[in-house]
Amino acid sequence: MKKLQILGTGCAKCAKLAQTTEEAAQSLGLAYEMEKVTDLRKIMAFGVIMTPALVVDGVVKASGRVPSSEEIKTLLQ
Amino acid sequence: MKSARSLKAAVWGILLLTAWFALYRNLAAASHWLTYRVLGMTPGQHLAAAVEFFVFEVPKVLLLLVLIVFAVGIVRSFFTPERTRRILSGRREFAGNILAALLGIVTPFCSCSAVPLFIGFVTTGVPLGVTFSFLISAPMVNEIALVLLLGLFGWKVAAIYLATGLLIALIAGWIIGRLRMERHVEEWVYAVQTGPAADDAPPSWPERFQYGRDAVRDIVGKVWLYVVLGIAVGAGIHGYVPEGLMVSVMGKGAWWSVPVAVVMGVPMYSNAAGIIPIVQALLGKGAALGTVLAFMMSVIGLSAPEAVILRKVLKWPLILTFFGVVAAGILLVGYLFNAIL
Repeated sequence: MKKLQILGTGCAKCAKLAQTTEEAAQSLGLAYEMEKVTDLRKIMAFGVIMTPALVVDGVVKASGRVPSSEEIKTLLQ
Repeated sequence: MKSARSLKAAVWGILLLTAWFALYRNLAAASHWLTYRVLGMTPGQHLAAAVEFFVFEVPKVLLLLVLIVFAVGIVRSFFTPERTRRILSGRREFAGNILAALLGIVTPFCSCSAVPLFIGFVTTGVPLGVTFSFLISAPMVNEIALVLLLGLFGWKVAAIYLATGLLIALIAGWIIGRLRMERHVEEWVYAVQTGPAADDAPPSWPERFQYGRDAVRDIVGKVWLYVVLGIAVGAGIHGYVPEGLMVSVMGKGAWWSVPVAVVMGVPMYSNAAGIIPIVQALLGKGAALGTVLAFMMSVIGLSAPEAVILRKVLKWPLILTFFGVVAAGILLVGYLFNAIL
């Protein structure tokens, strides 16, 4: 079970990242749970200062941008 | 494999650049030919002047926009906000303000992440005033504004804009630092535990080109319509509004025009791309350059939505000081250029 977290305070890009990640995870047939982290204090604890960010199993994989769905697939594996 | 891909990318890059220059060099002749030969208009007519303006300016600005946004996208792939934070952390004031204003140009920034960025900076040893220099310069010295100024007003105005924007960010940030306003930051901010910087691995060159392409798709996709609409209105003004009409309203003689331009600019934010071409046309009809610059800076540098976002971490006295100091800087630039040009 992969733990996916989307860090963001609710901007348009955050929603897009969540959607792209969800689609990528499903197309990989991954067992995952996804959480949207909107609390600033929690976001800051990851050391991320540019939202949105993608966190996989507690590790920040991308921040400040929405990677392409191809890139997300490699980040998820 | 990897070098073959890089080679292919390089060949494509050179081909596209050559095509870009060939197009750009021939735009004036092409628009003249289109207006008078293909559409059969008579030189000297109002409509002909408007049409020629439109068919020349639209492709020119869009070409410049694509090239510069792409180049800026690549440059920005070298400067993540995390890296900028590390560079600025623990800097002394003044030197730190200069560095922050410069880094504001090249660091990718979106006003939607102004708050996490602010917290990340001030909790890891970046002085408050230095943080403000960055927060002022990042949106104000903006590539879209630069492109439009470069395309419509020429490189001198673009350079003046860049230099004065940096200067305002530097001095305003320094003043805010000197005022010792740390107590006007919300208390909880300093209690936030900022984790160690999470840094992606440095991207490869094909990835940097990808960033550039993404930036073009993102930014040009968002603003092209405003550019076209703005130039259409500008073309109308260019063709139909009599010379000198704007002298009394936005000319050098009208002292009140600079503050009015600044106040009008605050609520306008995302539509800068459409406003600049209109303003450029007005300049041709007697508006003064300083007034125009002040308006531009106010539109981009002082935004009401950003103030609302920053209210989460800043108390009102600090927000008002921030706006006040920046507005004063913009006013000064406006009057200065009306006086010397």
